[in-house]
Amino acid sequence: MSSAYLPVLMLFGVSVLNAVGMVVASQVLNPRRATPEKDMPYESGMIPLGDTRARFSVKFYMVAISFIIFDLEAIFLIPWAVEMRALGWGGFVAVSIFMMVLVVGFVYEWKKGGLDWE
Amino acid sequence: MTEPSRIAPEALEAVAQTGSGFNPLLPGLILLLPLLGFLVNGILALIAGSREGNVLRSAALAEPDSEEERVDLQHKEDAPRRATHTLPTWVGPGVMLGAFILTTLNFLRMLGSGLQDPTVITYWSWMPTGTLAVDAAIQLDQLSMIMMMVITGVGFLIHVFSVGYMKEDPGYPRYFAYLNLFVFFMLVLVTGANFPVMFVGWEGVGLCSYLLIGFWFQDREKADAGKKAFIVNRVGDFGLLMAMFILFATFGTLNYQEIFAAAPTTLVYGGGVVTAITLFLLLGATGKSAQIPLFVWLPDAMAGPTPVSALIHAATMVTAGVYLVARASVLFALAPVSAAAVATIGALTALFAATIALKQYDIKKVLAYSTISQLGFMFMAVGVGAYAAGVFHLMTHAFFKALLFLGAGAVIHSMHHALHATHKDWDAQDMRNMGGLRRHMKWTWVFMWIATLAIAGIWPFAGFFSKDEIIWYVGTSAPFGPLYAVLWGMAVVTAALTAFYMARMMILTFHGPNRTGEAEGKHLHEAPLTMTIPLGILALLSIFGGWINVPQSVRDSFFGGFGMLPMSSWLDEWMAPVTAAADAIRLEQLGAYAYQSPVGGGHVTWGFIATGLAMAVVLAATWYFRSKDVPTAVEQGAPRSGFGKILYNKWYVDELYDRIIVRPVVGISRFSWRVVDRVLIDGTVNAVGAVSKGTGWFGSLFQTGQLNTYAFILALGALALLGVLIF
Amino acid sequence: MELEFTSRVDYIWALLPEIVLSIGAMVVLLVGVFREADDDPAAGDASPLGWISLIALAAAAMANGWLTGIPVASASPMVAVDPFRLFANWIFLGGAGLTILLSFPYVTRQRLQAGEFYTLILLCTVGMMFMASARDLLLLFLGVETMSIAAYVLTAFNRRDRRSSEAGLKYFLLGAFSSAFLLYGIALTWGATGTTNLLEIGEAVAGGAAVPGLIMAGMGLLAIGFAFKVAAVPFHMWTPDVYEGAPTPSTAFMAATVKAASFVAFARLFMEAFPALYDSWSTVFWWLAALTMIIPNVVALSQSNVKRMLAYSSIAHGGYLLVALTAANEMATAGLLFYLLVYSIMNIGALAVVMVASGHAEERLQIGDYAGFGWAQPMLGVVFTIFLLSLAGFPGTGGFMAKIYLLQGAAESELWTLAVVLALATVVSYYYYLRVAWYMWMRPAAPDLTHEEVWVPLPMRMGLVASAAILIFLGIFPGGIIDLARAATHGFFLAGVLP
Repeated sequence: MSSAYLPVLMLFGVSVLNAVGMVVASQVLNPRRATPEKDMPYESGMIPLGDTRARFSVKFYMVAISFIIFDLEAIFLIPWAVEMRALGWGGFVAVSIFMMVLVVGFVYEWKKGGLDWE
Repeated sequence: MTEPSRIAPEALEAVAQTGSGFNPLLPGLILLLPLLGFLVNGILALIAGSREGNVLRSAALAEPDSEEERVDLQHKEDAPRRATHTLPTWVGPGVMLGAFILTTLNFLRMLGSGLQDPTVITYWSWMPTGTLAVDAAIQLDQLSMIMMMVITGVGFLIHVFSVGYMKEDPGYPRYFAYLNLFVFFMLVLVTGANFPVMFVGWEGVGLCSYLLIGFWFQDREKADAGKKAFIVNRVGDFGLLMAMFILFATFGTLNYQEIFAAAPTTLVYGGGVVTAITLFLLLGATGKSAQIPLFVWLPDAMAGPTPVSALIHAATMVTAGVYLVARASVLFALAPVSAAAVATIGALTALFAATIALKQYDIKKVLAYSTISQLGFMFMAVGVGAYAAGVFHLMTHAFFKALLFLGAGAVIHSMHHALHATHKDWDAQDMRNMGGLRRHMKWTWVFMWIATLAIAGIWPFAGFFSKDEIIWYVGTSAPFGPLYAVLWGMAVVTAALTAFYMARMMILTFHGPNRTGEAEGKHLHEAPLTMTIPLGILALLSIFGGWINVPQSVRDSFFGGFGMLPMSSWLDEWMAPVTAAADAIRLEQLGAYAYQSPVGGGHVTWGFIATGLAMAVVLAATWYFRSKDVPTAVEQGAPRSGFGKILYNKWYVDELYDRIIVRPVVGISRFSWRVVDRVLIDGTVNAVGAVSKGTGWFGSLFQTGQLNTYAFILALGALALLGVLIF
Repeated sequence: MELEFTSRVDYIWALLPEIVLSIGAMVVLLVGVFREADDDPAAGDASPLGWISLIALAAAAMANGWLTGIPVASASPMVAVDPFRLFANWIFLGGAGLTILLSFPYVTRQRLQAGEFYTLILLCTVGMMFMASARDLLLLFLGVETMSIAAYVLTAFNRRDRRSSEAGLKYFLLGAFSSAFLLYGIALTWGATGTTNLLEIGEAVAGGAAVPGLIMAGMGLLAIGFAFKVAAVPFHMWTPDVYEGAPTPSTAFMAATVKAASFVAFARLFMEAFPALYDSWSTVFWWLAALTMIIPNVVALSQSNVKRMLAYSSIAHGGYLLVALTAANEMATAGLLFYLLVYSIMNIGALAVVMVASGHAEERLQIGDYAGFGWAQPMLGVVFTIFLLSLAGFPGTGGFMAKIYLLQGAAESELWTLAVVLALATVVSYYYYLRVAWYMWMRPAAPDLTHEEVWVPLPMRMGLVASAAILIFLGIFPGGIIDLARAATHGFFLAGVLP
């Protein structure tokens, strides 16, 4: 085992302690006054009872899909940006092709009305 | 790649690879002519058919009040349809005439050349790859030449007959298209120089037979008959495929020449391999030639037009099995057990079918069972190694059975017109409704009696020489002496039965009082000339056709007019190059056959006994049925009890097959479909779906369990696969 | 010029057909969406986009042809540039082209979005071409997923049809399941050999460097993944539902070309990476082949829906092809390629006729609906009969020759039982194929059926007639193509491994 991993181990320990400590502390310290609202399970502001398959508007999915694609673009671009000089023109061309393909997809989405909310 | 352009013109003149002085004349054209006829007639049929379809539909939509009105609607369309109906009249028989003339020229050339080794003409390399090299090649030798003569010659006559017979049918061009295509495939079958090419013809004639049996497809029952023929033939085809497969595995080739040359050294006499090959070939042959156990389709095949029965189900296609055994004679000579099986199946079928024919009332059914029975004789011949005798009977049978079928066709044609004229719904094919037709159809009556005497084996008609030669050969002592004595006995009995049921048919149809009815009798008439002339030619052949293969001793006796016949044993000598190898093997293994009947007597003695017996039976039957008061079909109905009922119902073979084969197969298919598709999937769908209905299609998709089932089976399969691999 | 794979530019040349086709797909996508946005009154007509797609396919085919003449110096690059791949590409491009050509009236009639539809077919084809060329497990997986995801969407493409959506979802979920198997197999194989390059895996396995149990498990999982893709029994459960539910052009494309690609990749994977384990996997393949030949053929006998019958038939054909994989010799591999070519043509052709005959909402799919069809539509009737005869393996058609080659391949590896099963299965299959022909020609049409309304534009007519003509040509003169196929398998089969 290399000692280089020691800081990681320490970070891990601290975060575990931190998380456990917060939960335990809030359990120990908080006052308990029950109200109906408080007894309800917390579900991100949604009413937690009813059909599990509530229908969302498809618009949300459109945004989510677009987000994933451009998210992946960022994941692709950052490593290239970091090593841009080492990768040279070949890397530049490859990334350019990738961007071109993405632009085509973007144009398609735009024309298709995928970016319009209404 | 062989350039495809190469085959078109030059291929027809492709130079023969081997052969002595024999220089074939455009043999490819013989095959191409019927194909050309098919294409022309096929296009005409499509034109006529689509128009007719429209007419029928518009007629149906217009809701005509009566049958006549619908017919009138059709006839209005007659004018533009004329070209599609006149052209086939010339194209159909025309290409056949061309093919026949070419075949005859080639036949004469071969006759003059004294050909020994077969002439193989290669057109292009069909399967050029790997260890299996198969060429699109045809082989011209004595056997294929005889077959081609029969196919084109008898075929031409039947085409001419069809012009008269089918002229009024709306499907006339379609009929000739199928018929031409059939002839093409049949020629491929007999001329192919290797098993795959032969198989193309084999499958092709099956397809055409299926199309022609179901020709009148508006009639559900008739269309079903075509299906039955098709399915039964599949079993035979499987046998042929298997035989080819073992041949390829053993010899590494499928060319006749190479296999038959290598067989005597490669295969062990009586060994397992050659026995397996020949038994599979036999299975194929029984399918095509309607022998036990695969004979059930042929009687049903009579649903097709009568000239089709004459051409396909009497003269040519059904003899393909005999051809196959004769072609593979070397292999059968090497496998005595298979050869004995061929002879035994032949004898059993001959006797069995003859008994059924005794009690049939449908004139075509009688002839159908008679055909099966005669094919049994041919099988007997090739089974005992008398290949030339088998081919001899094949040829004479083609003459007189085609004549009988065409004559029956003329009778049915006439009956149909008569019954149609007075709108009587009697069966035009039931002999009980006929009687006394000789007064109305003199020529047909004469010709059919000639054919009847020929098939009964009465001197000097063709059947006497060919059938008695087979009976003579069956009575040999090798290789399974006692068995062959039994077969000989069966053959003699069958011959007597043949004479009986044929005489019965003739008397019921042509003699006695007319039972058709008073009004109908006036409409009975002789067939037109296009139908009677082919009958006449076939009648001549039925008389003289047997004279080409008379043994010397018989020729010198009373039966040959004390040496007056122009030739002796001509066919034996002609076939000698083809059967030489098989004969040599038999001579080596079994020694020379002692050709003698099990109960003694020479050629001439038995000639007297045979013809005397046949004559006696014919006379007895004539006397018996003439004096008998025959009720009409309506009066009598089907036999209700006794042995006659069993015979009438054909020994209940169809019912037996239905029970033990058809129903289980259908059951298995339904079962696996139900298990896979219904119980497993729909069952779970219904069971679980009932609980959780109405939760939206997405949810139901999961909760019904369909996908779960799929995934479950997938996982099971995965486990099994991994299990096999790892453990 | 020579490909050495020393520079990255060489990869661009090596992947030129794929690149060209991808560009074509994007062009089709953009043209389609702009036409739609402009409210072009002719936007309903699918043929302009179809022609652009066909041009893209032709361009890719030209690139493929150009690549045929290029020698390769390097032994084991990530991308194979060998005749096997190039021959397979012809099949894919031809199959895609035929599907597109024959689908014009369907896409127009069903008001499918032509731009997206053709783009997906083209991208699916790109995925297939990657599968054929991949000499690396990761690239192979990439190709499989590109093809599969496009195929899922193609299945679910008709949003107005519940059957289509349901089929798409089923296909997607089970496909994802099988992808997991595939991926796990790749992981284990990598773990056992330390490489993902097929040829290096092959060397490691042959040299005994692979971890024994692990490599078996990896190989088994890969086999399961591909068995799903080629719909081998018992991994075929999705097939009838998906093929029946999908829009018919998608069915044709999937049943023919997608299956072809899966087989090509399957063959390359096992022949390049696992030749040393032939004894193990051939046993498994033997069983898969036998089951896949028997069960679907028996089940198809009792189908009355023609589309579903053709679905079972396509599973059965997969069984015949598995015989070739089991035999794994030169003849069998050449036969595999030949069979795939013939099979693509006849299957797409047959489904194309179903496509036009099935009516507006695909309601006329029962066998009884074909009564009298032949006489009402002679041209369609004749070509459909030829396709059916060829599927059944009737002598004189390409289907017969293809089966002969498979039988020959099986014989050379002495797989007698499989060969017998193949022959028997063929004999059985005659029944259900010709039953359709029988209805078409030998049953009078019901008066209310109006087959005349069937609309078949000229390009489609020509495509169908050409397909039928090719099938007959290949039945009579198979020499040239089978020679090409044999050349394509050069150095590819397991000659040295077999007894």
